[in-house]
Amino acid sequence: MFTTVQDLGRYGYGPIGVSPSGAADPVSLRIGNMLVGNLESDAALEMTLLGGTFVFPDGALVALVGSDFSAPIPMWTAHQMQPGETLKTGPTRDGARCYLCVHGGISVKLLLGSASTHILTGLGGHEGRPLRKGDILHIGESRASKPSTIVPEILEQLKPRKILRATIGPQTDWFSPESVRTFYRSVYTVTEESNRMGLRLEGPALDTPQSGQMTSEGVSLGAIQIPAGGKPIILFVEQQTTGGYPKIANIVSADLASVGQLRPRDQVRFELVTPEAARAFIRDQEELIESAVM
Amino acid sequence: MTTFRYASDQSLMVYLGEKIDLDTHRRVLKLLRLLEAEPIPGVRNLHPAYNSILIVIDPVDQEHQNIQHTVATCLDRLDDVHLPEPRTVEIPTVYDGPDLSGVAEIHGITPERVIELHSQAIYTVYFVGFVPGFAYLGGLPAELATPRLEAPRKRVPKGSVAIGGTHTGVYPVDSPGGWRLIGRTSIEIFDPDSAELSKLRIGDQVRFTVCR
Repeated sequence: MFTTVQDLGRYGYGPIGVSPSGAADPVSLRIGNMLVGNLESDAALEMTLLGGTFVFPDGALVALVGSDFSAPIPMWTAHQMQPGETLKTGPTRDGARCYLCVHGGISVKLLLGSASTHILTGLGGHEGRPLRKGDILHIGESRASKPSTIVPEILEQLKPRKILRATIGPQTDWFSPESVRTFYRSVYTVTEESNRMGLRLEGPALDTPQSGQMTSEGVSLGAIQIPAGGKPIILFVEQQTTGGYPKIANIVSADLASVGQLRPRDQVRFELVTPEAARAFIRDQEELIESAVM
Repeated sequence: MTTFRYASDQSLMVYLGEKIDLDTHRRVLKLLRLLEAEPIPGVRNLHPAYNSILIVIDPVDQEHQNIQHTVATCLDRLDDVHLPEPRTVEIPTVYDGPDLSGVAEIHGITPERVIELHSQAIYTVYFVGFVPGFAYLGGLPAELATPRLEAPRKRVPKGSVAIGGTHTGVYPVDSPGGWRLIGRTSIEIFDPDSAELSKLRIGDQVRFTVCR
């Protein structure tokens, strides 16, 4: 079981080396929160690959969103748990992450303004770690309003993608045109050594020109860096804040939630898009999210 | 020479020089201070490094061109930014690391001489990055510059004082690492319960004091 408390992350602490963390699939989290009448940024439980069993002594209005974790209640809808009732979720049937959103949000002590767990440093969330059997979590004082219902046609348009769109990165021109072509033409497999910090991919190795001579610099969320050995790594929500490997591309903001749904052994491909297209994608996605519930 | 580079649809890179040196570092620090004092709407994060700052923006509400334009006006004012005297942070260090004798051997000096050189120098925090609280310290005496280990350790204990290439640093948390461990400190380098969080901040001066 790997379940953590997550919200939309903590921004602004780059100068002391703290990456935002936050939900791996923020699109699902935001919609789940809207369904139970929360603020989009409220904290929920992020389950990874496998769920858990949750008891609600006082009952709660909940919603399961993201990937289908074999739960007995319908997904993408607010569901009333009665006092003392148990919700059991199991292994995933599709993607990597499922969120359990609760009306009122999960209440933990905020660290630097966020409830998000940062696993590497043991910061935030519930004692800075994934949940264990027997943990007791509190439901927040609700600033929330009325629950909503999902608009299925819009949810369909927000489904995770397996072809990830990417723009150039800061060192794309360090790579030979042949390497760049190989990168966009190949199928890559997500390895077991993937987590919230980064996803290591297996596939054709790319040349790593001038690596070793690069000066460490800030790295973006979704950057695709090519270390020695030539196998790409996607930097993800708990990323290192700086790094010294050249970056061949950067996944567009609109497809980062899809990265959060990738499981080990999933196959992905990349599609090059222009900066203008990338901006249009995120703006369109934002409009879809805002109209995903009614 | 300052250049801008598209880094992603939610970030813009500003390079303030080409080399790792104190002049470039001061330009990075001045731009950082300006951007902190006069936040640009829609800027979500700043990642300073040796010769650059990555500016992270909200891709829905902000555009690279606007940011570049505003940052360019900040760059024109860098000479007017006054940096206060840096604070000096002391790191009490027990020099008993597993690589101390190895470092001494590589340079043909005694371990005592390594300790003397390392603890007499004054270092500058070029930036804090990689993991929370990890300070990249410049100012290592040239006699101590030592290549990283060929095989990085799977786990370097928190508080380890280490040398990697021409830099020295302290591991704030248990993590993998390839730097050579010459000592350890018991002070918390990254403490989420303290007001300052990170013991070391960009621009600080650092001294290692010898504990026995």
